[in-house]
Amino acid sequence: MKKLLNAVDDAVRESLVGFGAAHEELVRVHLDPMYVTRAQPLLRGTVAVVSGGGSGHEPLHTGLVGEGMLAAAVPGEMFTSPTPDQIAAAYQAADAGGGVLAIVKNYTGDVLNFETAAELTDGLDVEQVLVNDDVAVEDSLFTAGRRGVAGTLLVEKVAGAAAERGDDLAAVAEVARRAAGAVRSMGVALRAPVVPHTGRASFDLTDEEVEIGIGIHGEPGRHREPFTGADAITAALLDAVTDDLRLASGESVLLFVNGMGATPLSELYVVYGRARTMLAERGVQVARSLVGSYVTSLDMQGASITVMRLDEELTSLWDAPVHTAALRW
Amino acid sequence: MTLDVEWARRWVALAAQAITEAKDELVELDREIGDGDHGVNLDRGFAAVAAKIEGMDRPATVGEILTTVATTLMSSVGGASGPLYGTAFLRAGKVSGLAELGPDAVVALLEGALEGITSRGRAGVGEKTMVDAWAPAVEAAVRSAGAGDEPAAVLRAAADAAADGARSTIPLVASKGRASYLGERSAGHMDPGARSSAILLDAAARAAA
Repeated sequence: MKKLLNAVDDAVRESLVGFGAAHEELVRVHLDPMYVTRAQPLLRGTVAVVSGGGSGHEPLHTGLVGEGMLAAAVPGEMFTSPTPDQIAAAYQAADAGGGVLAIVKNYTGDVLNFETAAELTDGLDVEQVLVNDDVAVEDSLFTAGRRGVAGTLLVEKVAGAAAERGDDLAAVAEVARRAAGAVRSMGVALRAPVVPHTGRASFDLTDEEVEIGIGIHGEPGRHREPFTGADAITAALLDAVTDDLRLASGESVLLFVNGMGATPLSELYVVYGRARTMLAERGVQVARSLVGSYVTSLDMQGASITVMRLDEELTSLWDAPVHTAALRW
Repeated sequence: MTLDVEWARRWVALAAQAITEAKDELVELDREIGDGDHGVNLDRGFAAVAAKIEGMDRPATVGEILTTVATTLMSSVGGASGPLYGTAFLRAGKVSGLAELGPDAVVALLEGALEGITSRGRAGVGEKTMVDAWAPAVEAAVRSAGAGDEPAAVLRAAADAAADGARSTIPLVASKGRASYLGERSAGHMDPGARSSAILLDAAARAAA
């Protein structure tokens, strides 16, 4: 295994130190316990939108800390949820008197640690919104429920914009829940990521196979099938997403094609182009777009397609100014 | 024979050692049906626990040690297993505020741990989780204590039942935790959390022997 790391156990910390130095005008990095806050404090009374999760998904979540988006982010070890004491410290540091909205990806580890953290912060107003946009998982009694994947970024953007315009905690939570309800994703892996601690691919895939319905923690997906080209994969992902959203002709959406960490941008645009054509054929208008590697899975080769149904308010919150390491307009 | 504070210290030391030895095995099990980090996370946590307990100045009760194990695991493991094992040791510690544990107190300790895991994880028996090791362990401990066994024998019965319980997860289809995303494909693999639970209970029994 060749990776640009020194001691494996120091990888998360060293990366975080570099991130903090590179973006010192935007963020402050705290190391013990680990969390990232904005360099400039929030206006008094503003809701602090906080998110977090395992490391290895960069720029999610640390790269989304800044004006118009997150007030703080809590990185865990590689693919491992942060611990309750870390999360609680980030809540305390980020709170500006307006309370905390925690955006949590629906993974058992994240849910349990954020839940425990909320119990540690008596006296602080904490609301939690779960993102479970991954249509690859059946939401039933027989699973831990749908995972939170790339749609998380869109929820964080609109929630951050709502907080910035001065909405109170209940209103920011309401907007975040509405966004989470309007977004669906599905991903594919062409090659599994190599987790530094094991030095091995997190699942085995031959050159002729793809894994459909992967999450972002290197866990295998729903099923494996022969590789049949970009258009076929795009159709499989997009159909699953749009069927689940029950998109109708005349609706307006945000189309987000996300790279998993080791996919060339040029290939993401191939997928985007095909998806855009397919949506147009169904009479669906793509009003906003995002293409790039934002919710990654270390060096996984693959992509995910995310569609969010837009209304006027979600569109204007998406368009609102944002100034973070990874997103700015 | 009762189990005292020194037993709890030995348990922690043996558990840390056993988890280090099983690290690769746990990573491999987790790689099959999870994300492959269970061995690494637990090893990091128990190394921190061992250091913390070694440095503890004269703990008066077993519960004091177990509570320290709990808070250390919660702040060092992460993932799902951090809060699950953390809550297990927290509840076990709550009912073990004694200098010495007899057979019934050992049963109460194990019941507390199981209750912590089920209330935090909301999983029941047969969902391919650590509950499948802890639930039979508690049943076996209740039977053993009821038959008048010494604490060491109660723990041995619990540990053996946990090992059987971990093996019983192999054919199961997971309905909780990350393995549940695999659906039917999760069958045929032992649950890593059930396996690590069996390792921890075996360490408890060996510490008492």
